[in-house]
Amino acid sequence: MQNIIDNANKKALEIIQNGQPTLIGLGVAEEVIPGLAKDLFLHAGPPVSWERMSGPLRGAVIAGIMYEGLASTPEEAAEYGASGKLRFDPCHHHDAVGPMAGVVTSRMPVWIVENKAYGNRAYCTLNEGLGKVLRMGAYGPEVIKHLQWMETVLYPVLKETIEIHGPIDLKIMIAQALQMGDEVHNRNKAATSLLIRELAPSIVKTSFSDEEKIAVLEFLNSNDHTFLNLSMPAAKATMEPVGKVKYSTIVYTMARNGTDFGIRVAALGNRWFTAPAEIIDGLYFPGFSMDDANPDIGDSCITETLGIGGFSMATAPAIVQFVGGTPKDAVRYTTSMYEITTEESQAYKLPPMNFRGAPTGIDIRKVIETQVLPVINTGIAHKEPGIGQVGAGIVHPPMACFEQALEAYVTLLEDEGLLEE
Amino acid sequence: MSVNNLFTQDLKVINIGLKSFYNDLKSQDVTAIQVNWKPKAGGKKKMLDLLSKINKSN
Repeated sequence: MQNIIDNANKKALEIIQNGQPTLIGLGVAEEVIPGLAKDLFLHAGPPVSWERMSGPLRGAVIAGIMYEGLASTPEEAAEYGASGKLRFDPCHHHDAVGPMAGVVTSRMPVWIVENKAYGNRAYCTLNEGLGKVLRMGAYGPEVIKHLQWMETVLYPVLKETIEIHGPIDLKIMIAQALQMGDEVHNRNKAATSLLIRELAPSIVKTSFSDEEKIAVLEFLNSNDHTFLNLSMPAAKATMEPVGKVKYSTIVYTMARNGTDFGIRVAALGNRWFTAPAEIIDGLYFPGFSMDDANPDIGDSCITETLGIGGFSMATAPAIVQFVGGTPKDAVRYTTSMYEITTEESQAYKLPPMNFRGAPTGIDIRKVIETQVLPVINTGIAHKEPGIGQVGAGIVHPPMACFEQALEAYVTLLEDEGLLEE
Repeated sequence: MSVNNLFTQDLKVINIGLKSFYNDLKSQDVTAIQVNWKPKAGGKKKMLDLLSKINKSN
């Protein structure tokens, strides 16, 4: 059996190492995301009903309902959300990912990323910037107005920009950013700068007014997290084909909806293994504390699933000022991730680790054996809808997710008669 | 060096396992380092059984 598992994992790692995530364009969610419809809202993490949704996710759904013009006040929108007229489904079931609440509705513009090695695509909304934003559960008039600006100005300018520029190799851009102090989950300053450098000449060449071009450039420049919404679909596009490798014990999804943390393992296909999401240990913005925090939320830990983000924290020492700890802690986090992964990334090299490749390919057997849990660095949303981000920090998936997955994996092998009695 | 010499030298301790032993030594200014070690699968019998099932057969 050991050989079958090792061979399957070798295949899974080959897929990860060969992945070629490439930005190919932008589109409107309902026109490009498979299965998306007016009455279907996507959200981060494993499946969750309206009744079990956390505050920030409900807040984001309320914002989405108002943005789609299905209600005009937050109260009406909350009623609409609870009415059963809307269906909810994870982004991950539709080749998409979303940061924090991760709500995607039909009208939203999305980046389109294609894995050139395997032909699959991944989608992600455009990053809204910091402050009061839908992804953190805020739904005030300024949130909706900003989403409308993104749809009517940012989206058409960027769409034409990519058409002029042509595809952008995100693997190379991420590899460069990792050498420049980003881990591309909570620090995207270098990657965003590289993206702007690449896009600026093409933005200038678009047919839009100078005012619009300036507004787009200023917005991209004002938001260090612009690239997060590209590193996420890059990781998703890379990991998705791993989900089809039979008998592999490699984790191809980690995601949270603010209520539950869920993982998916290659051999076990689309099945989620969930447990209550944890509260994040981190640094809180002035005036907020752990009492205000919602449990862990967002699809952004798809970056850690690939081996970047928290797994590559050693390469982003500046991030500890945002999530807490010291640069030494960052090296310790990355070092410990080699205990639970299968290979070192051939593309994503980490200078402070003597250019070792990022720890890649989480094996559920190793997590159980060593009791070392994946390290995720993440933003913290307020537990009440409508407030937004209150801090950032470090969090882990619950061990129960991995224990359930291992049990299901052994049952699968027993059912197929592959285990000796 | 005879074993008895050990008792006349300063202690330098490598502590494996429970961190409280390490903390006690540090509080008495004894040179010590902590090894981050846990029993396999945290000693959970059910998990050990599952791991042995997939690790033994070929």
